[in-house]
Amino acid sequence: MGMTISEKILAYHAGKDSVKPDDMIFSKVDLVMSTDITTPLSIEIFKKMGAKNVFNRKNIFLINDHLVPAKDIASAEFCRQMREFAHKYGINHYFEVGRSGICHRFLPEQGFVVPGDLILGADSHTCTYGALGTFAVGIGSTDLAATWALGENWFRVPETIKINFQGKLGKWVCGKDIILYTLSEIGVSGALNQAIEFSGNVITQLSMADRFTICNMAVEAGAKTGIIAPDGTTMKYLEGRAQKDFTPVYSDDNASYFRVLNLNLSKLEPLVAIPPLPSRIKLARDLAHVKIDQVFMGSCTNGSIDDFRAFCSIIKGKKVHPETRLIGIPATQEVLKAMIKEGLAEILLNAGGALGPPTCGPCIGSHMGVLAANEKALSTSNRNFVGRMGHPTSEIYLSSPAVAAATAIRGRICHPEEVI
Amino acid sequence: MLEIRGHAIKYGHNINTDLIIPARYCINIDEEELSRHCMEDLDVDFLEKIEIGDVLIAGENFGCGSSREAAPMAIKGAKLSCVVASSFARIFFRNAINIGLPIFESKEAYESIENGDLIEIFPENNLIKNLTKKEEYKSTSFPPIIREVISKGGMVNFVREKLKQL
Repeated sequence: MGMTISEKILAYHAGKDSVKPDDMIFSKVDLVMSTDITTPLSIEIFKKMGAKNVFNRKNIFLINDHLVPAKDIASAEFCRQMREFAHKYGINHYFEVGRSGICHRFLPEQGFVVPGDLILGADSHTCTYGALGTFAVGIGSTDLAATWALGENWFRVPETIKINFQGKLGKWVCGKDIILYTLSEIGVSGALNQAIEFSGNVITQLSMADRFTICNMAVEAGAKTGIIAPDGTTMKYLEGRAQKDFTPVYSDDNASYFRVLNLNLSKLEPLVAIPPLPSRIKLARDLAHVKIDQVFMGSCTNGSIDDFRAFCSIIKGKKVHPETRLIGIPATQEVLKAMIKEGLAEILLNAGGALGPPTCGPCIGSHMGVLAANEKALSTSNRNFVGRMGHPTSEIYLSSPAVAAATAIRGRICHPEEVI
Repeated sequence: MLEIRGHAIKYGHNINTDLIIPARYCINIDEEELSRHCMEDLDVDFLEKIEIGDVLIAGENFGCGSSREAAPMAIKGAKLSCVVASSFARIFFRNAINIGLPIFESKEAYESIENGDLIEIFPENNLIKNLTKKEEYKSTSFPPIIREVISKGGMVNFVREKLKQL
């Protein structure tokens, strides 16, 4: 029996010829990533484990993105602990605000993520890296400390669900609409502990930015990871960017899948996920009655330069609605620089939007745009859970950058074609 | 592992980590401190409702969402004895095992147990007893690696021993 991409990557890193779903294995990890919000706990646990040193300081990446620029004294202490840990163990891949951005967009952009690698990250959206044919999995702080100490961790080999996207995408439809639609089809626990392999003729035509968006939200279906086989688009993205040699991995023709799902996307229209689950979708055009207090454009889901190009092409020359505020936060320093160079920063600022430094922004409701009681936000991020972005009575609607731009202009949820 | 006995406090499906412990309280690594806000956005009276040793019952996909270990830490800090759910989100599952918060997977327990039922659990036998209703439910048995981590009280001791062997 053949193997899927995920099975092959796990087997290779465990030193085995083959693995099958439900096998429990120890696999070596190529890169282990964590952020300012998850690292301090790991440092404490690492000490308790009695570890004298990290297994491989070159594979450890520490990124300030959730709480920076430090929002209060407690956050500043968290950042300091991570900085001191990096210094103590000679970890060069430590990144300050102003020299990084959101981990899940920064690491691929800088070429640290390559096809065939096995990555662990102490953040649930680590699955984003799957867009490059990488097996990347989110973990907690104790698993992170264990991986620092051992250079490996245990894995249950997941079953794989294959999702084939077919058809021809409509004008306003992008990666975000595709993944929201997928979540509505399979549900928020529809891929619990499984890998999702995204494929089909639609994937072949998608940009890397859209592929990152899709893999980013695989975890919202409970998946262990989302993964896409490398192709010409992947190779072009990696050219001059990849920091090391790599061997792309592909599923065998006779690989075994838990389930194969064919989704035709030809009739897909811009979608919005309504509170409190990312799987509860409605057509953007059917939500025109929902007034929005805050539009957040950014996050590890939709903070790329392609996303800001799509957003700014709609908002160009227009103004943000007087009763709505717009917060734009590019995912990385490079995205911000490109926005300035391409005139996108000016477009957003002239429209009356606030432009923040590259970070996670208000997505987790602790910094840079927290919501008051009963406020409604439309966000390009990935979760619309109760209280996620602020007060428990506030509400979050999720959409693509195009819908976010139209919504910012109208002050209510809006299909992009209404404002063009 | 010791036997577990306590009253059931029950919630539904897809209880996410933002509900278990909102991110605004997560700039903190102290279990007791975190426990003061446990389930705050789901049920403001949660801490008043529970007693030491109570058993948290939930439906599918418990602990979905973020990777924050603060979620099982808050539950442990609130002195609940364990979580019984139809299914667990995978990161929460690992985090709970890693920090030594007992968890049990049983759809049938979730469907039958009601708020306030007196529950007794025998981890070695994968057995959940409902003393109020005089019923028994089976919980899923875990693979050997996970049982080994549980038997050592969590991942800290597991790694500590592994490092000594290197």
